[in-house]
Amino acid sequence: MSILIIAEHDNSSLKPATLNSVTAAQEIGGDIDILVAGSDCQAAAEQAAQVAGINKVLVADNAAYNNALAENVAPLIAEVGAAYSHILATATTTAKNIMPRAAALLDVQAISEISAVVSADTFKRPIYAGNVIATVQSSDAIKLLTVRGTAFDGAAAEGGSAAIEVVGSSHSAGVSEFVGEEVAASNRPELTAAKIVISGGRGMANGDNFDMLYSLADKLGAAVGASRAAVDAGFVPNDMQVGQTGKIVAPDLYVAVGISGAIQHLAGMKDSKVIVAINKDEEAPIFSVADYGLVADLFSALPDLDSAV
Amino acid sequence: MKILVAVKRVVDYNVKVRPKSDGSDVDLANVKMSINPFCEIAVEEAVRLKEKGTATEIVAVSVGPQQSQEQLRTALALGADRAILVNTDETLEPLAIAKCLKAVCDTESPDIVLMGKQAIDGDNNQTGQMLAALLGCGQATFASELIVEGDRIKVTREVDGGLQTLGLNLPAVVTSDLRLNEPRYASLPNIMKAKRKPLDTTTPADLSVDIAPRVSLLGVELPAQRQAGIKVDDVAMLVDKLKNEAKVI
Repeated sequence: MSILIIAEHDNSSLKPATLNSVTAAQEIGGDIDILVAGSDCQAAAEQAAQVAGINKVLVADNAAYNNALAENVAPLIAEVGAAYSHILATATTTAKNIMPRAAALLDVQAISEISAVVSADTFKRPIYAGNVIATVQSSDAIKLLTVRGTAFDGAAAEGGSAAIEVVGSSHSAGVSEFVGEEVAASNRPELTAAKIVISGGRGMANGDNFDMLYSLADKLGAAVGASRAAVDAGFVPNDMQVGQTGKIVAPDLYVAVGISGAIQHLAGMKDSKVIVAINKDEEAPIFSVADYGLVADLFSALPDLDSAV
Repeated sequence: MKILVAVKRVVDYNVKVRPKSDGSDVDLANVKMSINPFCEIAVEEAVRLKEKGTATEIVAVSVGPQQSQEQLRTALALGADRAILVNTDETLEPLAIAKCLKAVCDTESPDIVLMGKQAIDGDNNQTGQMLAALLGCGQATFASELIVEGDRIKVTREVDGGLQTLGLNLPAVVTSDLRLNEPRYASLPNIMKAKRKPLDTTTPADLSVDIAPRVSLLGVELPAQRQAGIKVDDVAMLVDKLKNEAKVI
Protein backbone atom coordinates (compact mmCIF):
# COMPACT_ATOMS: atom_id res chain seq x y z
CA MET A 1 0.00 0.00 0.00
CA SER A 2 1.09 3.55 -0.65
CA ILE A 3 -0.28 6.53 1.19
CA LEU A 4 -0.20 10.19 0.22
CA ILE A 5 -0.70 12.76 2.98
CA ILE A 6 -1.68 16.29 2.04
CA ALA A 7 0.36 18.62 4.26
CA GLU A 8 -1.28 21.37 6.30
CA HIS A 9 1.19 24.25 6.26
CA ASP A 10 1.59 28.01 5.86
CA ASN A 11 4.49 27.78 3.35
CA SER A 12 7.09 28.66 6.00
CA SER A 13 6.25 25.83 8.40
CA LEU A 14 4.48 22.50 8.58
CA LYS A 15 1.41 22.62 10.84
CA PRO A 16 1.29 20.01 13.62
CA ALA A 17 -2.12 18.87 12.30
CA THR A 18 -0.25 17.04 9.51
CA LEU A 19 1.31 14.75 12.12
CA ASN A 20 -2.08 13.32 13.14
CA SER A 21 -2.56 12.06 9.57
CA VAL A 22 0.90 10.48 9.65
CA THR A 23 -0.15 8.41 12.66
CA ALA A 24 -3.39 7.36 10.94
CA ALA A 25 -1.35 6.42 7.85
CA GLN A 26 0.99 4.31 9.98
CA GLU A 27 -2.04 2.44 11.33
CA ILE A 28 -3.13 1.70 7.76
CA GLY A 29 0.42 0.63 6.90
CA GLY A 30 2.52 1.12 3.78
CA ASP A 31 4.91 3.68 2.27
CA ILE A 32 3.95 7.19 3.33
CA ASP A 33 4.62 10.24 1.15
CA ILE A 34 3.70 13.85 1.95
CA LEU A 35 2.55 16.36 -0.66
CA VAL A 36 3.33 20.00 0.13
CA ALA A 37 1.44 22.28 -2.26
CA GLY A 38 2.06 25.97 -1.82
CA SER A 39 3.97 29.00 -2.93
CA ASP A 40 7.53 29.50 -1.68
CA CYS A 41 6.91 26.46 0.46
CA GLN A 42 10.40 24.97 0.48
CA ALA A 43 10.75 25.53 4.24
CA ALA A 44 7.54 23.62 4.93
CA ALA A 45 8.71 20.81 2.63
CA GLU A 46 12.01 20.57 4.50
CA GLN A 47 10.15 20.22 7.79
CA ALA A 48 7.93 17.54 6.25
CA ALA A 49 11.06 15.63 5.21
CA GLN A 50 12.13 15.46 8.87
CA VAL A 51 8.91 13.80 10.06
CA ALA A 52 9.67 10.29 11.27
CA GLY A 53 8.64 7.45 8.97
CA ILE A 54 8.16 9.38 5.72
CA ASN A 55 9.27 7.80 2.45
CA LYS A 56 9.44 10.97 0.36
CA VAL A 57 8.12 14.51 0.21
CA LEU A 58 6.60 15.84 -2.99
CA VAL A 59 6.70 19.59 -3.28
CA ALA A 60 4.53 21.53 -5.71
CA ASP A 61 5.76 25.10 -5.41
CA ASN A 62 3.69 27.38 -7.58
CA ALA A 63 1.98 30.76 -7.12
CA ALA A 64 -1.31 29.06 -8.11
CA TYR A 65 -1.20 26.99 -4.92
CA ASN A 66 -0.89 29.97 -2.60
CA ASN A 67 -3.72 30.26 -0.06
CA ALA A 68 -4.75 26.68 -0.91
CA LEU A 69 -7.50 27.60 -3.36
CA ALA A 70 -9.53 24.41 -3.82
CA GLU A 71 -10.00 25.00 -7.56
CA ASN A 72 -6.23 24.83 -8.09
CA VAL A 73 -5.04 22.41 -5.42
CA ALA A 74 -7.73 19.72 -5.85
CA PRO A 75 -6.67 18.89 -9.46
CA LEU A 76 -3.07 18.60 -8.24
CA ILE A 77 -4.12 16.17 -5.49
CA ALA A 78 -6.17 14.18 -8.01
CA GLU A 79 -3.23 14.03 -10.41
CA VAL A 80 -0.55 13.11 -7.88
CA GLY A 81 -2.88 10.99 -5.72
CA ALA A 82 -4.01 8.76 -8.61
CA ALA A 83 -0.90 6.62 -8.08
CA TYR A 84 -1.68 5.89 -4.41
CA SER A 85 -3.97 3.49 -2.56
CA HIS A 86 -4.84 6.09 0.12
CA ILE A 87 -4.94 9.89 0.26
CA LEU A 88 -5.17 11.41 3.74
CA ALA A 89 -5.42 14.86 5.26
CA THR A 90 -6.24 16.03 8.76
CA ALA A 91 -9.73 17.52 8.85
CA THR A 92 -8.89 21.21 9.14
CA THR A 93 -11.09 23.73 7.32
CA THR A 94 -8.49 23.72 4.52
CA ALA A 95 -8.70 19.95 4.04
CA LYS A 96 -12.48 19.87 4.42
CA ASN A 97 -12.65 22.42 1.62
CA ILE A 98 -10.25 20.73 -0.79
CA MET A 99 -10.42 16.97 -0.23
CA PRO A 100 -14.04 16.34 -1.36
CA ARG A 101 -13.30 18.31 -4.53
CA ALA A 102 -10.28 16.10 -5.22
CA ALA A 103 -12.40 13.02 -4.48
CA ALA A 104 -15.02 14.02 -7.06
CA LEU A 105 -12.27 14.59 -9.66
CA LEU A 106 -11.05 11.05 -8.95
CA ASP A 107 -14.65 9.72 -8.92
CA VAL A 108 -14.12 8.47 -5.38
CA GLN A 109 -16.47 8.66 -2.39
CA ALA A 110 -14.44 10.41 0.30
CA ILE A 111 -14.76 9.34 3.93
CA SER A 112 -14.84 12.30 6.32
CA GLU A 113 -13.22 12.60 9.75
CA ILE A 114 -12.25 9.02 10.52
CA SER A 115 -11.72 8.45 14.24
CA ALA A 116 -10.20 4.94 13.97
CA VAL A 117 -8.56 2.66 11.43
CA VAL A 118 -10.06 -0.84 11.50
CA SER A 119 -8.22 -2.10 8.40
CA ALA A 120 -6.89 -0.69 5.15
CA ASP A 121 -10.42 -0.27 3.78
CA THR A 122 -12.53 -0.06 6.94
CA PHE A 123 -12.77 2.93 9.24
CA LYS A 124 -14.80 4.31 12.11
CA ARG A 125 -16.23 7.78 12.02
CA PRO A 126 -18.65 9.80 14.13
CA ILE A 127 -22.04 10.66 12.64
CA TYR A 128 -25.06 12.56 14.01
CA ALA A 129 -22.87 15.05 15.89
CA GLY A 130 -20.87 12.24 17.43
CA ASN A 131 -23.91 10.58 19.03
CA VAL A 132 -23.23 7.45 16.98
CA ILE A 133 -20.03 5.90 15.64
CA ALA A 134 -20.33 4.26 12.22
CA THR A 135 -18.02 1.56 10.86
CA VAL A 136 -17.73 1.95 7.09
CA GLN A 137 -15.93 0.00 4.38
CA SER A 138 -14.82 1.59 1.12
CA SER A 139 -14.87 -0.30 -2.17
CA ASP A 140 -13.18 2.52 -4.10
CA ALA A 141 -9.74 1.78 -5.57
CA ILE A 142 -8.40 4.90 -3.87
CA LYS A 143 -9.41 5.55 -0.29
CA LEU A 144 -9.60 9.31 0.21
CA LEU A 145 -9.95 10.14 3.89
CA THR A 146 -9.93 13.08 6.23
CA VAL A 147 -8.67 12.32 9.71
CA ARG A 148 -10.09 13.70 12.95
CA GLY A 149 -7.00 15.18 14.59
CA THR A 150 -8.07 14.50 18.17
CA ALA A 151 -8.46 10.78 17.47
CA PHE A 152 -4.82 10.20 16.48
CA ASP A 153 -1.75 11.36 18.41
CA GLY A 154 0.73 13.38 16.38
CA ALA A 155 3.70 11.46 14.93
CA ALA A 156 7.23 12.58 15.79
CA ALA A 157 8.03 15.80 13.90
CA GLU A 158 11.72 14.91 13.73
CA GLY A 159 13.90 11.90 13.17
CA GLY A 160 13.28 11.33 9.48
CA SER A 161 15.25 12.33 6.43
CA ALA A 162 12.98 11.81 3.45
CA ALA A 163 14.02 12.77 -0.05
CA ILE A 164 12.29 15.82 -1.52
CA GLU A 165 10.99 15.57 -5.10
CA VAL A 166 9.63 18.41 -7.15
CA VAL A 167 6.20 18.12 -8.77
CA GLY A 168 6.23 20.41 -11.77
CA SER A 169 2.62 20.40 -12.87
CA SER A 170 0.63 23.59 -12.52
CA HIS A 171 -3.13 23.81 -12.18
CA SER A 172 -4.63 27.26 -12.29
CA ALA A 173 -8.38 27.18 -12.84
CA GLY A 174 -8.69 30.97 -13.00
CA VAL A 175 -12.17 30.98 -11.44
CA SER A 176 -11.32 32.09 -7.92
CA GLU A 177 -9.00 34.48 -6.17
CA PHE A 178 -7.90 35.13 -2.62
CA VAL A 179 -9.10 38.58 -1.55
CA GLY A 180 -8.00 38.75 2.07
CA GLU A 181 -8.20 37.32 5.53
CA GLU A 182 -8.77 38.33 9.11
CA VAL A 183 -6.65 36.14 11.31
CA ALA A 184 -6.83 36.61 15.04
CA ALA A 185 -3.37 37.23 16.46
CA SER A 186 -2.87 35.56 19.80
CA ASN A 187 0.05 34.52 21.95
CA ARG A 188 -1.98 31.70 23.45
CA PRO A 189 -1.67 28.14 22.12
CA GLU A 190 -3.84 26.97 19.23
CA LEU A 191 -7.19 25.61 20.40
CA THR A 192 -6.76 22.24 18.75
CA ALA A 193 -3.21 21.78 20.07
CA ALA A 194 -3.53 23.18 23.61
CA LYS A 195 -3.14 20.95 26.67
CA ILE A 196 -5.68 23.06 28.55
CA VAL A 197 -8.73 24.75 27.03
CA ILE A 198 -10.99 27.18 28.89
CA SER A 199 -14.26 27.94 27.12
CA GLY A 200 -16.97 30.46 27.85
CA GLY A 201 -20.62 30.31 26.92
CA ARG A 202 -23.68 32.49 26.95
CA GLY A 203 -23.31 32.80 30.73
CA MET A 204 -20.31 35.06 30.19
CA ALA A 205 -22.90 37.74 29.31
CA ASN A 206 -20.59 39.82 27.09
CA GLY A 207 -17.26 39.86 25.30
CA ASP A 208 -15.51 42.00 27.94
CA ASN A 209 -16.08 39.32 30.56
CA PHE A 210 -13.95 36.94 28.47
CA ASP A 211 -11.00 38.90 29.90
CA MET A 212 -11.49 36.82 33.04
CA LEU A 213 -10.95 33.68 30.94
CA TYR A 214 -7.92 35.16 29.15
CA SER A 215 -6.32 36.01 32.47
CA LEU A 216 -6.86 32.50 33.82
CA ALA A 217 -5.72 30.98 30.52
CA ASP A 218 -2.47 32.91 30.57
CA LYS A 219 -1.69 31.62 34.06
CA LEU A 220 -2.29 28.04 32.96
CA GLY A 221 -0.83 28.25 29.44
CA ALA A 222 -4.29 27.49 28.10
CA ALA A 223 -6.21 28.31 24.94
CA VAL A 224 -9.60 30.02 25.14
CA GLY A 225 -12.65 28.69 23.33
CA ALA A 226 -16.35 29.45 23.24
CA SER A 227 -19.71 27.84 22.68
CA ARG A 228 -21.75 28.57 19.58
CA ALA A 229 -24.10 30.70 21.69
CA ALA A 230 -21.23 32.97 22.73
CA VAL A 231 -20.03 33.32 19.13
CA ASP A 232 -23.52 33.89 17.73
CA ALA A 233 -24.07 36.58 20.38
CA GLY A 234 -20.96 38.34 19.09
CA PHE A 235 -18.97 37.99 22.33
CA VAL A 236 -15.97 36.48 20.50
CA PRO A 237 -14.96 35.62 16.89
CA ASN A 238 -15.89 32.42 15.06
CA ASP A 239 -12.44 30.85 15.20
CA MET A 240 -12.95 30.31 18.95
CA GLN A 241 -16.02 28.09 18.51
CA VAL A 242 -15.76 24.58 19.93
CA GLY A 243 -18.38 22.10 18.77
CA GLN A 244 -19.76 19.94 16.01
CA THR A 245 -19.36 22.67 13.42
CA GLY A 246 -16.50 24.51 15.08
CA LYS A 247 -13.27 23.06 16.34
CA ILE A 248 -13.00 19.59 17.80
CA VAL A 249 -10.71 19.61 20.82
CA ALA A 250 -9.48 16.91 23.20
CA PRO A 251 -7.10 18.55 25.68
CA ASP A 252 -5.91 17.12 28.99
CA LEU A 253 -8.16 19.62 30.76
CA TYR A 254 -11.28 21.32 29.42
CA VAL A 255 -12.95 23.95 31.58
CA ALA A 256 -16.48 24.90 30.50
CA VAL A 257 -17.61 28.16 32.06
CA GLY A 258 -21.21 29.29 31.73
CA ILE A 259 -21.84 26.66 29.05
CA SER A 260 -25.05 24.64 29.34
CA GLY A 261 -23.78 21.78 27.17
CA ALA A 262 -25.90 21.41 24.01
CA ILE A 263 -25.07 18.16 22.17
CA GLN A 264 -23.49 20.20 19.39
CA HIS A 265 -21.02 21.60 21.93
CA LEU A 266 -20.40 18.25 23.62
CA ALA A 267 -19.55 16.82 20.19
CA GLY A 268 -16.56 19.14 20.09
CA MET A 269 -15.05 18.47 23.53
CA LYS A 270 -16.29 15.27 25.13
CA ASP A 271 -13.10 13.35 24.32
CA SER A 272 -11.12 15.69 26.62
CA LYS A 273 -9.30 13.77 29.35
CA VAL A 274 -10.63 15.82 32.28
CA ILE A 275 -13.68 18.07 32.04
CA VAL A 276 -14.57 20.78 34.53
CA ALA A 277 -17.91 22.56 34.39
CA ILE A 278 -18.73 25.78 36.19
CA ASN A 279 -22.39 26.71 35.89
CA LYS A 280 -24.97 28.12 38.24
CA ASP A 281 -27.70 25.83 36.88
CA GLU A 282 -27.15 22.45 38.52
CA GLU A 283 -29.42 20.81 35.93
CA ALA A 284 -27.19 21.94 33.01
CA PRO A 285 -26.38 18.96 30.71
CA ILE A 286 -22.68 19.87 30.81
CA PHE A 287 -22.54 18.33 34.32
CA SER A 288 -23.40 14.90 32.87
CA VAL A 289 -20.01 14.78 31.12
CA ALA A 290 -17.97 16.72 33.70
CA ASP A 291 -15.47 14.98 35.96
CA TYR A 292 -15.64 17.93 38.33
CA GLY A 293 -18.71 20.11 38.48
CA LEU A 294 -18.92 23.35 40.39
CA VAL A 295 -22.40 24.77 40.81
CA ALA A 296 -21.63 28.43 41.28
CA ASP A 297 -22.01 31.87 39.81
CA LEU A 298 -19.11 32.18 37.39
CA PHE A 299 -18.63 35.85 38.27
CA SER A 300 -17.62 34.90 41.80
CA ALA A 301 -15.97 31.56 40.94
CA LEU A 302 -13.65 32.86 38.21
CA PRO A 303 -11.85 35.51 40.31
CA ASP A 304 -11.43 32.91 43.09
CA LEU A 305 -10.05 30.40 40.60
CA ASP A 306 -7.75 33.00 39.11
CA SER A 307 -6.18 33.76 42.48
CA ALA A 308 -6.03 30.09 43.51
CA VAL A 309 -3.95 28.77 40.61
CA MET B 1 -29.79 35.83 -11.83
CA LYS B 2 -30.98 32.32 -11.12
CA ILE B 3 -30.25 30.52 -7.87
CA LEU B 4 -30.48 26.82 -7.25
CA VAL B 5 -30.70 25.88 -3.60
CA ALA B 6 -30.28 22.29 -2.47
CA VAL B 7 -32.07 21.04 0.63
CA LYS B 8 -31.90 17.74 2.49
CA ARG B 9 -34.45 15.96 4.65
CA VAL B 10 -32.72 14.93 7.86
CA VAL B 11 -33.56 13.94 11.39
CA ASP B 12 -34.56 17.02 13.40
CA TYR B 13 -31.61 18.54 15.24
CA ASN B 14 -33.33 18.11 18.60
CA VAL B 15 -33.61 14.33 18.21
CA LYS B 16 -30.95 12.25 19.92
CA VAL B 17 -30.52 9.30 17.57
CA ARG B 18 -29.66 5.82 18.80
CA PRO B 19 -28.50 2.64 17.07
CA LYS B 20 -31.06 -0.06 16.24
CA SER B 21 -30.92 -3.00 18.63
CA ASP B 22 -29.02 -5.10 16.05
CA GLY B 23 -26.49 -2.27 15.52
CA SER B 24 -27.01 -2.33 11.74
CA ASP B 25 -27.90 1.36 11.42
CA VAL B 26 -29.41 4.19 13.39
CA ASP B 27 -33.05 3.88 14.41
CA LEU B 28 -35.05 6.50 12.55
CA ALA B 29 -38.46 4.92 13.02
CA ASN B 30 -41.02 7.54 14.05
CA VAL B 31 -38.50 10.31 14.65
CA LYS B 32 -39.21 13.88 13.65
CA MET B 33 -37.66 14.86 10.30
CA SER B 34 -36.87 18.42 9.23
CA ILE B 35 -35.01 20.45 6.68
CA ASN B 36 -31.27 20.33 7.46
CA PRO B 37 -30.51 23.53 9.45
CA PHE B 38 -27.62 24.53 7.16
CA CYS B 39 -29.88 24.08 4.10
CA GLU B 40 -32.46 26.33 5.72
CA ILE B 41 -29.78 29.03 6.02
CA ALA B 42 -28.98 28.52 2.31
CA VAL B 43 -32.66 28.98 1.39
CA GLU B 44 -32.85 32.14 3.49
CA GLU B 45 -29.80 33.57 1.73
CA ALA B 46 -31.36 32.87 -1.67
CA VAL B 47 -34.58 34.56 -0.60
CA ARG B 48 -32.68 37.63 0.64
CA LEU B 49 -30.91 37.87 -2.73
CA LYS B 50 -34.30 37.81 -4.42
CA GLU B 51 -35.70 40.45 -2.07
CA LYS B 52 -32.72 42.67 -2.89
CA GLY B 53 -33.53 42.28 -6.57
CA THR B 54 -30.28 40.44 -7.29
CA ALA B 55 -31.89 37.07 -7.88
CA THR B 56 -34.83 36.62 -10.21
CA GLU B 57 -35.66 32.96 -9.68
CA ILE B 58 -35.01 30.43 -6.90
CA VAL B 59 -35.24 26.72 -7.67
CA ALA B 60 -35.17 24.39 -4.66
CA VAL B 61 -33.87 20.87 -5.25
CA SER B 62 -33.80 17.83 -3.02
CA VAL B 63 -32.41 14.36 -3.66
CA GLY B 64 -34.13 11.78 -1.50
CA PRO B 65 -37.33 9.91 -0.70
CA GLN B 66 -40.86 10.94 -1.64
CA GLN B 67 -41.31 12.57 1.81
CA SER B 68 -38.58 15.11 0.91
CA GLN B 69 -41.47 16.98 -0.71
CA GLU B 70 -42.22 18.27 2.80
CA GLN B 71 -38.81 19.95 2.98
CA LEU B 72 -39.20 21.29 -0.56
CA ARG B 73 -42.58 22.77 0.48
CA THR B 74 -40.78 24.38 3.43
CA ALA B 75 -38.30 25.95 1.00
CA LEU B 76 -41.19 27.12 -1.20
CA ALA B 77 -42.93 28.62 1.84
CA LEU B 78 -39.74 30.50 2.71
CA GLY B 79 -39.67 32.01 -0.77
CA ALA B 80 -38.36 29.58 -3.42
CA ASP B 81 -40.30 29.81 -6.69
CA ARG B 82 -40.42 26.15 -7.72
CA ALA B 83 -38.99 22.84 -6.68
CA ILE B 84 -37.50 19.68 -8.12
CA LEU B 85 -37.38 16.36 -6.30
CA VAL B 86 -34.86 13.80 -7.51
CA ASN B 87 -36.71 10.88 -6.02
CA THR B 88 -34.94 7.79 -4.74
CA ASP B 89 -35.48 5.48 -1.77
CA GLU B 90 -31.81 4.54 -1.70
CA THR B 91 -29.57 6.30 0.82
CA LEU B 92 -27.30 8.25 -1.47
CA GLU B 93 -23.69 9.11 -0.74
CA PRO B 94 -22.45 12.70 -1.24
CA LEU B 95 -20.82 11.87 -4.59
CA ALA B 96 -24.08 10.42 -5.95
CA ILE B 97 -26.05 13.41 -4.66
CA ALA B 98 -23.52 15.77 -6.26
CA LYS B 99 -23.93 13.91 -9.57
CA CYS B 100 -27.73 14.26 -9.39
CA LEU B 101 -27.38 17.98 -8.63
CA LYS B 102 -24.89 18.33 -11.51
CA ALA B 103 -27.46 16.82 -13.87
CA VAL B 104 -30.11 19.27 -12.60
CA CYS B 105 -27.65 22.17 -13.03
CA ASP B 106 -27.01 21.09 -16.63
CA THR B 107 -30.69 21.73 -17.38
CA GLU B 108 -31.30 24.68 -15.08
CA SER B 109 -28.00 26.57 -15.58
CA PRO B 110 -28.06 28.47 -12.26
CA ASP B 111 -25.64 31.32 -11.61
CA ILE B 112 -25.21 30.41 -7.95
CA VAL B 113 -25.83 27.09 -6.24
CA LEU B 114 -26.46 27.61 -2.53
CA MET B 115 -26.42 24.71 -0.10
CA GLY B 116 -25.61 23.83 3.48
CA LYS B 117 -22.01 23.11 4.38
CA GLN B 118 -22.98 19.75 5.82
CA ALA B 119 -26.02 17.70 6.72
CA ILE B 120 -26.41 16.91 10.39
CA ASP B 121 -27.05 13.20 9.77
CA GLY B 122 -23.91 12.01 7.99
CA ASP B 123 -21.79 15.07 8.92
CA ASN B 124 -19.89 14.53 5.65
CA ASN B 125 -19.34 18.13 4.53
CA GLN B 126 -18.65 17.03 0.94
CA THR B 127 -21.55 17.53 -1.45
CA GLY B 128 -21.01 21.21 -2.32
CA GLN B 129 -17.31 20.75 -2.96
CA MET B 130 -18.02 17.69 -5.13
CA LEU B 131 -20.70 19.52 -7.11
CA ALA B 132 -18.29 22.39 -7.77
CA ALA B 133 -15.69 19.88 -9.00
CA LEU B 134 -18.21 18.24 -11.36
CA LEU B 135 -19.35 21.63 -12.65
CA GLY B 136 -15.74 22.79 -13.00
CA CYS B 137 -16.65 26.02 -11.22
CA GLY B 138 -15.48 27.92 -8.16
CA GLN B 139 -16.51 27.07 -4.63
CA ALA B 140 -16.84 29.02 -1.40
CA THR B 141 -17.50 26.73 1.53
CA PHE B 142 -18.43 27.67 5.13
CA ALA B 143 -19.73 31.07 4.03
CA SER B 144 -20.59 33.73 6.60
CA GLU B 145 -21.17 36.54 4.08
CA LEU B 146 -22.12 36.58 0.40
CA ILE B 147 -21.96 39.72 -1.73
CA VAL B 148 -22.88 39.76 -5.41
CA GLU B 149 -20.80 42.23 -7.43
CA GLY B 150 -21.97 42.16 -11.03
CA ASP B 151 -20.98 38.85 -12.56
CA ARG B 152 -18.77 37.92 -9.62
CA ILE B 153 -19.31 37.16 -5.95
CA LYS B 154 -17.29 37.96 -2.87
CA VAL B 155 -17.64 35.42 -0.09
CA THR B 156 -16.31 35.53 3.46
CA ARG B 157 -15.59 32.07 4.84
CA GLU B 158 -15.21 30.83 8.41
CA VAL B 159 -11.84 29.07 8.57
CA ASP B 160 -9.74 27.71 11.45
CA GLY B 161 -7.64 30.86 11.73
CA GLY B 162 -10.51 33.33 11.48
CA LEU B 163 -12.15 34.67 8.32
CA GLN B 164 -11.05 34.39 4.70
CA THR B 165 -12.52 36.28 1.76
CA LEU B 166 -12.56 34.89 -1.78
CA GLY B 167 -13.63 36.36 -5.10
CA LEU B 168 -15.32 33.92 -7.48
CA ASN B 169 -16.48 33.97 -11.06
CA LEU B 170 -20.02 32.76 -11.71
CA PRO B 171 -21.35 30.17 -11.80
CA ALA B 172 -20.19 29.14 -8.35
CA VAL B 173 -21.19 26.89 -5.48
CA VAL B 174 -21.55 28.47 -2.03
CA THR B 175 -22.07 26.42 1.13
CA SER B 176 -23.49 28.12 4.19
CA ASP B 177 -22.08 28.20 7.68
CA LEU B 178 -24.13 29.00 10.77
CA ARG B 179 -23.66 32.75 10.78
CA LEU B 180 -24.53 33.49 7.15
CA ASN B 181 -27.98 34.62 8.32
CA GLU B 182 -30.82 33.79 10.67
CA PRO B 183 -33.60 32.05 8.76
CA ARG B 184 -37.10 33.46 9.01
CA TYR B 185 -40.20 31.52 9.94
CA ALA B 186 -42.60 30.80 7.11
CA SER B 187 -45.87 32.70 7.52
CA LEU B 188 -49.16 30.85 7.30
CA PRO B 189 -50.23 32.58 4.05
CA ASN B 190 -46.86 31.66 2.52
CA ILE B 191 -47.23 28.05 3.67
CA MET B 192 -50.64 27.97 1.94
CA LYS B 193 -49.24 29.62 -1.20
CA ALA B 194 -46.35 27.12 -1.26
CA LYS B 195 -48.81 24.28 -1.77
CA ARG B 196 -49.67 25.66 -5.19
CA LYS B 197 -46.12 26.30 -6.37
CA PRO B 198 -44.80 23.85 -8.99
CA LEU B 199 -42.92 20.78 -7.74
CA ASP B 200 -41.51 18.48 -10.42
CA THR B 201 -40.25 15.00 -9.77
CA THR B 202 -37.48 13.14 -11.56
CA THR B 203 -35.23 10.20 -10.64
CA PRO B 204 -31.51 9.46 -10.75
CA ALA B 205 -32.25 7.00 -13.58
CA ASP B 206 -34.04 9.74 -15.58
CA LEU B 207 -30.93 11.88 -15.06
CA SER B 208 -28.66 8.94 -16.09
CA VAL B 209 -26.79 9.14 -12.79
CA ASP B 210 -25.02 6.09 -11.40
CA ILE B 211 -25.89 5.98 -7.70
CA ALA B 212 -24.26 2.64 -6.84
CA PRO B 213 -22.81 2.93 -3.32
CA ARG B 214 -19.04 2.97 -2.87
CA VAL B 215 -19.04 2.72 0.90
CA SER B 216 -20.91 0.11 2.91
CA LEU B 217 -22.10 0.65 6.45
CA LEU B 218 -20.93 -2.32 8.52
CA GLY B 219 -22.58 -1.17 11.71
CA VAL B 220 -23.14 1.59 14.21
CA GLU B 221 -22.47 1.81 17.93
CA LEU B 222 -22.74 4.31 20.73
CA PRO B 223 -19.53 6.15 21.51
CA ALA B 224 -17.81 5.41 24.81
CA GLN B 225 -20.02 7.12 27.37
CA ARG B 226 -18.53 9.44 29.92
CA GLN B 227 -19.58 8.94 33.47
CA ALA B 228 -20.61 12.06 35.30
CA GLY B 229 -18.00 12.79 37.96
CA ILE B 230 -18.44 14.55 41.23
CA LYS B 231 -19.68 17.95 42.31
CA VAL B 232 -17.09 19.97 44.17
CA ASP B 233 -18.11 22.29 47.00
CA ASP B 234 -16.04 25.32 46.09
CA VAL B 235 -13.13 26.66 44.08
CA ALA B 236 -10.57 25.52 46.68
CA MET B 237 -11.77 21.93 46.41
CA LEU B 238 -11.77 22.15 42.61
CA VAL B 239 -8.18 23.38 42.50
CA ASP B 240 -7.14 20.69 44.98
CA LYS B 241 -8.75 17.95 42.85
CA LEU B 242 -7.16 19.25 39.63
CA LYS B 243 -3.73 19.43 41.25
CA ASN B 244 -3.67 16.31 43.35
CA GLU B 245 -6.22 13.89 41.90
CA ALA B 246 -6.36 14.61 38.15
CA LYS B 247 -2.86 16.15 38.12
CA VAL B 248 -3.68 18.33 35.14
CA ILE B 249 -2.57 21.73 36.49
